[in-house]
Amino acid sequence: MSPHDDHPHSHDEPHPFQPDIEDGPITPRMVMAQAVEELLIEKGIFTADEMRAQIEMMDTREPAIGGRMVAKAWLDPAYKELLMRDVNAASLEIGIDAGGIPIRAIENTPDVHNVVVCTLCSCYPRGLLGFPPDWYKSRAYRSRTVYEPRKVLEEFGLTLPDGVEVRVHDSTADMRYMVIPMRPDGTDGWSEEQLASTVSRDSLIGVSVAKTN
Amino acid sequence: MNTPRFAPGDVVSVRADHPPGHVRTPYFIRGREGVVQSVLGAFENPEELAYGRRNGEEKPLYRVTFTQADVWPRYDGPANDTLVVDIYEHWLEPRS
Repeated sequence: MSPHDDHPHSHDEPHPFQPDIEDGPITPRMVMAQAVEELLIEKGIFTADEMRAQIEMMDTREPAIGGRMVAKAWLDPAYKELLMRDVNAASLEIGIDAGGIPIRAIENTPDVHNVVVCTLCSCYPRGLLGFPPDWYKSRAYRSRTVYEPRKVLEEFGLTLPDGVEVRVHDSTADMRYMVIPMRPDGTDGWSEEQLASTVSRDSLIGVSVAKTN
Repeated sequence: MNTPRFAPGDVVSVRADHPPGHVRTPYFIRGREGVVQSVLGAFENPEELAYGRRNGEEKPLYRVTFTQADVWPRYDGPANDTLVVDIYEHWLEPRS
C-alpha cells in the first residue's frame, strides 16, 4: 500500500482552483481607491515609495508594543503616570511613533473592567497596535458589545462577577483607546519581558485579561 | 477659541435629532441623559470634514458616561454597568 492511498482525490484530477486576490470581482470602490491613489502620486502629494514605506511601517505595528508598554508601566510608576496621561508620549519613550491621533489608556481595576468598541466603524489604535482583528470590525461585535457586553465577553471566555462594573467605551471620534489590564497574580519578581508576554492583543481591547498561561 | 460649555460632573442630554449625512453621534444615545466625565479638547467637526469642508472651526469634545439601564430599557446586566461615548458639544444640551 502506498502512503498516498488515503488522498481524497485522484492524481488524474487537478487540485481545486485557488483564486488569487486579483481574481475577485472589481467593485466601484476598489476602482475609486485606485484612482485616488494614482492621482495623489501623479499630483506629487506623496511618492509611490513613500506610500509603500508607510504601509511597511504600519505592518511593523503590533499588539506586542502595547504589551511592552503595559509591562513597563506595571514596574515603573513614573512610566505608568505618563502612560495614563498620554499614550503617544509613552510610546515615543520606547521608540515608537504612534502617529498624530491621540490614544488614551483606560485602566482596569478590581472594580471596573473596560472594553473598547467602535460602533460606527472600526476606530482602533492602529499606529500603535497595528490592524484590528477582523471580528472587531464585524457588525455583530460592534452592535452587541454596547447592549449586551457581558454576553459578548462570555463568548470570548471572560465571565465577570456582577460586582465588577463593565464599562464599554465607544470610540466614536478623535480619540483611540487602549485598555491597561491588571497585572496577573503570581507574577512577583517577573522581568519586564516576562510580564509583557502576559498581555495579549485581546486584553488590550478588553475582551480578555492578562494571563500567565 | 471655543470655551467648553460643560464641565466634568454636568448632567447633559444628547440631542434627539436625526440629521442626514456623516454623523458621529451613535443613534442609541440620542435623547439619552448622561454625565460629562472629561473634556477632551477641541477638534474639527467630522460632520463637516467628511465633505471636505475645512473652516478651521473646532468643537469641544467630551467623554460622556451613560448608565446602561438608561440607554437600553431591557438591559439585563447589573445596574452599575456603564457606557462611555465621545460626543461633540453641538450634540449636547444641559439637562432640561
